[in-house]
Amino acid sequence: MAKRIDVSGLSAYYGGTKAIEDISMTVEPRSVTAFIGPSGCGKSTFLRTLNRMHEVIPGARVEGKVLLDDENLYGAGVDPVAVRRTVGMVFQRPNPFPTMSIYENVVAGLKLAGVKKKAVLDGVVESSLKGANLWNEVKDRLNKPGAGLSGGQQQRLCIARAIAVEPQVLLMDEPCSALDPISTLAIEDLIGELKERFTIVIVTHNMQQAARVSDRTAFFNLAGVGQPGKLIELDDTQRIFSNPSVQATEDYISGRFG
Amino acid sequence: MTTAPSVADRTPVPQLNHTLTAARLPRWAPAGVAALSIVLGCAIGAGAGLASHLQWGLLAALLFVAISFGLAARVEGVRQAKDRIATSLIWVAFILAVIPLVSLMVYTIQQGAGVVNGDFLTHSMRGVVASSGPGGGIYHALLGTLQQIGLATAIAAPIGLLTAVYLVEYGRGPLAKIVTFFVDVMTGIPSIVAGLFILSVWNIGLGFQYSGFSGSLALAILMMPVVVRSTEEMLKLVPNELREASYALGVPKWKTILRIVLPTAIGGITTGVMLAIARIAGETAPVMMLVGVWDSINSNPFVGPQESLPVFIWQQYSQVNNQYGYARAWGAALVLIALVMGLNLIARGIASWRSPKAGR
Repeated sequence: MAKRIDVSGLSAYYGGTKAIEDISMTVEPRSVTAFIGPSGCGKSTFLRTLNRMHEVIPGARVEGKVLLDDENLYGAGVDPVAVRRTVGMVFQRPNPFPTMSIYENVVAGLKLAGVKKKAVLDGVVESSLKGANLWNEVKDRLNKPGAGLSGGQQQRLCIARAIAVEPQVLLMDEPCSALDPISTLAIEDLIGELKERFTIVIVTHNMQQAARVSDRTAFFNLAGVGQPGKLIELDDTQRIFSNPSVQATEDYISGRFG
Repeated sequence: MTTAPSVADRTPVPQLNHTLTAARLPRWAPAGVAALSIVLGCAIGAGAGLASHLQWGLLAALLFVAISFGLAARVEGVRQAKDRIATSLIWVAFILAVIPLVSLMVYTIQQGAGVVNGDFLTHSMRGVVASSGPGGGIYHALLGTLQQIGLATAIAAPIGLLTAVYLVEYGRGPLAKIVTFFVDVMTGIPSIVAGLFILSVWNIGLGFQYSGFSGSLALAILMMPVVVRSTEEMLKLVPNELREASYALGVPKWKTILRIVLPTAIGGITTGVMLAIARIAGETAPVMMLVGVWDSINSNPFVGPQESLPVFIWQQYSQVNNQYGYARAWGAALVLIALVMGLNLIARGIASWRSPKAGR
């Protein structure tokens, strides 16, 4: 199921602007890797290059290689749609489909891929919602609109929707930044459970969160305004937060800048 | 070098009054001022011997704005007075806009309600001695209008919808700019020009005869830019996050548009299409030119002339030109307005039924 990600020499551009430069890293399967760093340093951009969502933006392009178990996502003949089925994504703001019920939201990915059997879909809804720790809260109102849930529930609905298509990797772009501490806790617990099955990459501005949920942490930084973001260091979370090898990382973590 | 004095050293500005309460006009003041200015307007109008009641009304409106400003400036201060003057101007503008609409409705209902009955709706004008007699009906015109609108919508709505999808979801670079430009230009085409275009290409160039269909071609030309414009605006309102959420699930772009973007915007799109229908339902010139005038039922829109409601109204008013003709014209006008209104209500219904729902 879970796959390993090998990035080498990756740069991403918005039109003529270079957003991230020459990033190489390895993400282990069945682990949680957290990206931290100041705003504008390219964490989200880098995350979006991992499932080819970067190129959805007009004028955006990518150079370099992203290997998913030895298969280059940017190789010739690779279908971005197939990549996104393998590498799922949860966004910063909860974005359930407003026209759909809770049930339809969860199975949206499968239904749009042509799965029609009701028994299969029913099973997926239950297992995905249970997987996202939402089942008990919504099992009696599966046919109500998804937009009627609270923010934290909506975000868990989006996670359920993302894991319903059985991806191998789950990318999370600041999934808790719009949520209160209790919903955040629910999602952090969920991340701990999901890493048994998926490779998880999470972008966060909350360093305690990175310390709590992740196995490895990557620190990104940029030299100045208008400069591309770079990967400063990637190490075990414990080492990054106790004894980082780069001074900038220590400054950032201890709150001396950023 | 001079330094700015600190806030603490600054001499107090006397105009800055820091009390939180101030004199207010009572809540009934605007209504009172309105009543007073209407009375004054009528009095001045009658006193000066102005014949037109319109002038009385305008006098009253002017007095209303002036008195509210003066009174508020005196009691509440200049800032509140400015607020009052803006509010009164908005009210006056609203009433000026509503008066013609309401009086048009009321007058049409007054004139037409007595005429419209079962017979009127189910009979054509065949065999009615038009120049003198009463009787007859609008069935043939109603049928023609419905068929022509239906055909025009069947042509224009899909083309317009797809054009808008292209412009919002795919269009980049010069081609999209050109399409947008031509849609804008098309919005301003006078209906008679659309009629002439179809006449010269379809009827004269290709040799087709008068028919409801050639009329609907011209109507479709008029309808298309309105559909494109309104659909485009609605599609732009669909948050990009929804498209990205769909892409991230591994859904291809065309399916995202079909199953996520369009359903989310369907309420607004339906309303736009209905407004476009309302715009063409009353078109007279191209229909008269391309469909002709006919006093009998012709249920085939592809062969032969047909009647339609606007043409019927024109015919009864200016060609028949007697009391019976006028009555039939008003009846047809009432039916036309009711038809457009009914379509709008249906559109509202569809919009609220299909559009995204919140709520638990």
